Amino acid sequence: MKKILERIYLAIILIFMYAPIFTLIVLSFNSSKSRAKWGGFTLKWYTQLLSDEAVASALFNTLAIAILSTIFATIIGTFTCIAMIGLSAKVRSILMGITNIPMINADIVTGISLMLLFRFLHIGSGFGTILLAHITFNIPFVMLSVMPRVKNINFYVYEAALDLGASRSYAFFKTILPDIVPGIVSGALMAFTMSLDDFIITYFTKGSGFETLSTLIYNEVKRGIQPEIYALSAIIFIVVLALLFISYRAPMSKAKDN
Amino acid sequence: MKLFKSNKSAGLMASPYIAWALIFIVIPLCMVIYYGITSADGNLTIENIATIFKPGFFKALKRSVFLALISTFVCFILSYPLGMILSSMKLKKNAYIVTLFILPMWMNFLLRTLTWMTLLEKKGVINTIFEFMHLPTISIINTQGAIVLGMVYNFLPFMILPIYNSLNRIDENVINAARDLGADSLQTFWRITLPLSMPGILSGITMVFIPALTTFAISSMLGGSKILLIGNVIEQEFTQLYDWHLGSGLSIVLMIFIFINMIIENLADKGGVNK
Amino acid sequence: MGKDLITLEHISKSYDGQLILDDLNLSIYENSFVTLLGPSGCGKTTTLRIIGGFEMPDQGRVIFHGQDITKLSPNKRQLNTVFQKYALFTHMTIAENIAFGLKIKNKSASYIKDKVKYALKLVNLEGFENRMPDSLSGGQQQRIAIARAIVNEPKVLLLDEPLGALDLKMRQDMQYELKRLKEELGITFIFVTHDQEEALTMSDHIVVMNQGYIQQEGSPEKIYNEPENAFVADFIGDSNIIRSTMIRDELVEILGAKFACVDKGFGENKPVDVVIRPEDVELVAPENGTIKGIVTDLTFKGVHYEMDVQANGYEWLVHSTKLSPVGSKVGIKVDPFNIQIMNVPASMDEEAISETV
Repeated sequence: MKKILERIYLAIILIFMYAPIFTLIVLSFNSSKSRAKWGGFTLKWYTQLLSDEAVASALFNTLAIAILSTIFATIIGTFTCIAMIGLSAKVRSILMGITNIPMINADIVTGISLMLLFRFLHIGSGFGTILLAHITFNIPFVMLSVMPRVKNINFYVYEAALDLGASRSYAFFKTILPDIVPGIVSGALMAFTMSLDDFIITYFTKGSGFETLSTLIYNEVKRGIQPEIYALSAIIFIVVLALLFISYRAPMSKAKDN
Repeated sequence: MKLFKSNKSAGLMASPYIAWALIFIVIPLCMVIYYGITSADGNLTIENIATIFKPGFFKALKRSVFLALISTFVCFILSYPLGMILSSMKLKKNAYIVTLFILPMWMNFLLRTLTWMTLLEKKGVINTIFEFMHLPTISIINTQGAIVLGMVYNFLPFMILPIYNSLNRIDENVINAARDLGADSLQTFWRITLPLSMPGILSGITMVFIPALTTFAISSMLGGSKILLIGNVIEQEFTQLYDWHLGSGLSIVLMIFIFINMIIENLADKGGVNK
Repeated sequence: MGKDLITLEHISKSYDGQLILDDLNLSIYENSFVTLLGPSGCGKTTTLRIIGGFEMPDQGRVIFHGQDITKLSPNKRQLNTVFQKYALFTHMTIAENIAFGLKIKNKSASYIKDKVKYALKLVNLEGFENRMPDSLSGGQQQRIAIARAIVNEPKVLLLDEPLGALDLKMRQDMQYELKRLKEELGITFIFVTHDQEEALTMSDHIVVMNQGYIQQEGSPEKIYNEPENAFVADFIGDSNIIRSTMIRDELVEILGAKFACVDKGFGENKPVDVVIRPEDVELVAPENGTIKGIVTDLTFKGVHYEMDVQANGYEWLVHSTKLSPVGSKVGIKVDPFNIQIMNVPASMDEEAISETV
């Protein structure tokens, strides 16, 4: 009896979470523009979406910013975590405190503060400013996931490698780096999704005339929802599902478990 | 440690990020504070911050706090039983079923909000279904209820995940020990399970409350143009009215709330709850 | 020795279709120190958890003081448990941990205070009231877990591998501590361990388990000196276990040589297993031995020397205070009282047990 009630509860929450998404997917195939009527099956919203240049360029911008900011944030974050080992406890705690600010602070404040900075420095808003902003809020996510790995590094293995005649850099790449790679990978994944999902910080740092998917959707919605957006939602949902499925199958998730 | 030849080389390696953090984290925050406490002619003033007490602004703040509290509470009420059920299933790490409950998090935030616009509209999906079944239609869109619904829908995974993790981390034998010492299931819950899951509850509350308090997208999409939250007010100051000083002053108010939230969390965490 | 306090009748339990306990019957006497001993997966912890009420047997009954408590929930049982890895409440102080059971029973504040003090004294941790569990060492946490259990004055204390997480020295200290506590409290201890030395040191009564069956039960001396099968002989201490032939009563042929023994009733010319403890093997001059051999390995162990002796195709393990250098020729002699004869396992199942260990 208790089991059944539990299952029902899980089902209700799942319905609450997924029913809206599935409604969108259904609507994306509805040939009627009205959301109240089913006008028959169509793929025209998908073809329209794919030929829409604004969507294409927003998608390109979003992906380019996500990929570039992930790469930069991962490199800077990882190097900093490793450097932390050699820093005094005081410097370390101050630096970690500052790093936590973008995570704790409200996105709107982070966005505004960066906007003020870019205006003050007269940096023209657009791709560059968004990228800088995304790198800034992504570094903490990378550090958050690399730091625990760095703390657990077994230095005896490193010293053993030196003892056996390895150079410092060779020993580093052979003993320390493999230990922290799982942290780097999950940090990079986290940074990538955070960048893809961000709206607020992008909104304040983008300037006019430059759109990512998030800001494009926000503008569209204010003008009234076009069924193309449903097609976009459906595609994104399927891509997310597929990526998740792959990440479960891929050997990478095994590395994460270790 | 012997990884570095000297402290200097470690400092050298950390220096790019130190510079980055200074330029892109510390200085911008200082700028917000500077703008917040000065007027357009550069004089020190508390007027920008004090504006929050003017009727319209204060109303928006009160509404934001109120709706954020309700959303946080609803998320908690929904998530805790869910966390208990999931952790009682003794799943393996990274189980599919747990992922299922946080999967919507990976869908674009605006698309998630947009779904509810579609569902709740006057001629939206839900009302169409209600009409079809000859039920009275509802008009939630552009109400505070719709905003709360949007917040709960968007932020629920942020509550589920930490609560599930903290419950899952409790050693089964600790629960057994309480039962062994004579506690019935209710006593065990109040005295052991709930206090031990407190870190997860607190981080869930923070992860829902702060974005709910400061959002402007959810309210502008589901609340129409009439129901302003403090986030909307700040956004307008920057993007429409171009009053950076007032906008920054109001941002400082938000930061004060975030700071208070942090202090409360730390205090509650120290109040007898360890990891 | 006393009267039955707990009786397990025909207990069976399986997980995911795997049989953990198979028709287990066990009586535990009042005021005894009983140890359930066996390798991991033998069912000893499951047995303890069934007594504690954390598992429900699929079949069978648990009788406590003449009453069937099989379905009684753990909080209603008059026994307390010391868990593996202690399971302390990390969000409470030491005093709150110990007072937990008493508070549930609504005892008065002054009574609780006295009891906590008494319990801390009993485990030699006076003055620890306001510390948090995380700030204590493993051994100290262990004592708190014991104090938390015994403060409720249970009739029986269940201990689930309580010393497993401690280092060797600490473990030995705690063994004596537990024995002392047992004497002071005058209650029944049921102790689960995979460590045969721990079991021999502490118990009045040992129950050796493997693969869900009780292999043998009895006093430590009996278990050690007269193992009933090869599993018990092998699990309890080092042994020479040799497949041999019982010629007739009181005479056994081991590796082609005839040895006098004291066992009777195994029939004539029947295959048996012989157990000889390494300290019971006497090394003498070759001409005086029942069989002759050569010392192939020698290790100094402090109290004694450990030697391997190759004789008649078997490598004998020998403990002796007298040194015989590697390569020296020796004779092997065994006192008839020290030859333990066991039946050869009848079923394939039992055979498998003795071979895997």
